[in-house]
Amino acid sequence: MSEKAVAKGLTREFVQRLSGEKGEPRWMREHRLRCLAAFRKLPMPRFGPSLAELNLAELEYYARPVAPVERWEDLPEELRHTFQALGLPEAEQRALAGLGAQVDSEVVYRSILEEVRAQGVVFTSMDKAVREYPWVQDYFMKAIPPEDNKFAALHGAVWSGGTFIWVPRGVEVAIPLQAYYRMQTEAVGQFEHTLIVAEPGSSVHYVEGCSAPRYSRMALHSGMVEIFAKEGSRVRFTTIQNWSKNVYNLNNKRALASAGAAVDWVSGSLGSKVTMLYPTTVLLGEGARTENLSFAFAQEGQWLDGGARALHRAPGTTSRLVSRSVVQGNAKAVFRGTVYVAPDARGAKAHVECSTLLLTPDARTETIPTLNAENDDVELGHEATVGRVSQEALFYLMSRGLSEAEAMTLIVNGFVSPILKEIPVEYTVELRRILEMSLAGGTG
Amino acid sequence: MAVLTVEDLHVSVADQPILHGVDLELSAGRVHALMGPNGSGKSTLVMALAGHPSYRVTRGRALLDGEDLLALPPHERARKGLLIAFQYPPEVDGVRLREFLRLACGERCIAFCEFQKAYPQALARLRMDGFDDRELNVGFSGGEKKRAELLQVYLLRPKVALLDEPDSGVDVDALRFIADAIRELAAGGTAVLIVTHYPRVLDHVPPAEVFVLDQGRIVRRGGAELAERIGEEGFEVVRG
Repeated sequence: MSEKAVAKGLTREFVQRLSGEKGEPRWMREHRLRCLAAFRKLPMPRFGPSLAELNLAELEYYARPVAPVERWEDLPEELRHTFQALGLPEAEQRALAGLGAQVDSEVVYRSILEEVRAQGVVFTSMDKAVREYPWVQDYFMKAIPPEDNKFAALHGAVWSGGTFIWVPRGVEVAIPLQAYYRMQTEAVGQFEHTLIVAEPGSSVHYVEGCSAPRYSRMALHSGMVEIFAKEGSRVRFTTIQNWSKNVYNLNNKRALASAGAAVDWVSGSLGSKVTMLYPTTVLLGEGARTENLSFAFAQEGQWLDGGARALHRAPGTTSRLVSRSVVQGNAKAVFRGTVYVAPDARGAKAHVECSTLLLTPDARTETIPTLNAENDDVELGHEATVGRVSQEALFYLMSRGLSEAEAMTLIVNGFVSPILKEIPVEYTVELRRILEMSLAGGTG
Repeated sequence: MAVLTVEDLHVSVADQPILHGVDLELSAGRVHALMGPNGSGKSTLVMALAGHPSYRVTRGRALLDGEDLLALPPHERARKGLLIAFQYPPEVDGVRLREFLRLACGERCIAFCEFQKAYPQALARLRMDGFDDRELNVGFSGGEKKRAELLQVYLLRPKVALLDEPDSGVDVDALRFIADAIRELAAGGTAVLIVTHYPRVLDHVPPAEVFVLDQGRIVRRGGAELAERIGEEGFEVVRG
């Protein structure tokens, strides 16, 4: 990609205007420009899937096809139907502490339960937080600096929308907060920023889902998630990714866990053409712990390059990285599990477990574990399995009256169940339906 | 009246002929036994009738209620009313017993409310109350696998039940309630075939008819007394 091509859509002027129109404080405008400079300097990723078809010069870096509303009823009809079909208004009534919805670059809807607001919890758009809380500057892209990688830098330059959550000391949010992301405009780039600050002893569960209509041109989703889990807090972050098959999904997610804090990443990846995503937890304080539970279902034409990283930087920290991948057609699923244990992180425990189920002869998979301990008082475990569907199990289920597709679905469901059971039930219904539809189409 | 009729069945596994023309008939509401020494082809017959892809029928036919069974894929055979209790059922990770049975029952058109009633009864019958939430056969002992197999057949009440070694690895107490469940199954109208090389289970469920299979052929037929003789004197008595 030449600098000239990029400059077409992505200039200093564009970034300054974006910042100006959003009414941002000066620190943010300067931050964006620093990111833009870093983006221009940094190389494209040197590993993983090809990004050759991702034409950064052709993207729409900002799109606001829908004006924000206070009530679902006020959304344009088509979008309202989409959100209804996704069950969002219903979930909001039944099972959520708060809900946000973003279309392309801007948040169009947000609500929070009165009792959660009364607890002092802040659940708002990232844009608004940047304008209203100067101290956001102490957190924004402090977990992932712009120079970390090219797409982190790009994100920092053009980010828009996203979620800001602040949970006060000792406050436990009993039911999940949720955000839904939709990409609507053709060849759009979506760059929402999610920042969660959990004060000591607090707890929160945040769920994000996403979807997009399919276009022939490529689109880019490059979000960023930063979690600051302070002493003894608990944060669970669940992502259900179902982008359409023309989306490049290149995200950065990182959590900093203080002493005694627990951070869990749970994710289900189904969609996108290419995904590169390696949620990272830096275990900074003694006794901090993290779990990363992910499942990926890669179908024809997809390359889902996922992974998890746990960086143990304090004594007595624990991590557990578990992945289940199902690969169909000519798709490819990669799991990069990285564990690093620092010299003074004595007594650290880490377990990496990665299993892949190949449904077709052309399906491909790779497991790339990197376990690096710089002291010898650690417990590291690693298991990886790759298998095909057991013909004996398939016949067994069929001998009970299940068709081949039904039997296959049951086996695949069973295979991913250790992850699925961690996902809120509203989503698993949808996930199972997607699996069933794909498997009913045959496995050849 | 025969529910299942097998005529001149020849079966090969990996191009190796195992069955050389088997004939048998199973009648509704009756218990039958298929006996024979190890390696005589008993499991091959069961697997071929169930439609396992590795067991190739090279000649002969099998009719279920007059309909050509061998033309159907495995799940259609089950839906028409032929069920197997496997000798070595595979473990299926992540699939809970209850969830699986509800699906299987759905295929057999047991209404949901009926399932809600029948399922706990069947669990209690086979003393498997604690297994409701367990993954299918995962970590089951040999005896538990046998009970789980019978549980499925007992719950689904097929027209024809082929029970492949339902007694091996089963302790004395379990043998008693397994036998009770088999008798109940037959009393409900199912044509039952107990496949075994050892007549122990038949002491508890006297068969109306015994077939003896040796080297891929039925070599003797008789009543319960034939099973008793084999129990006392071994398979030598039926060999020419």
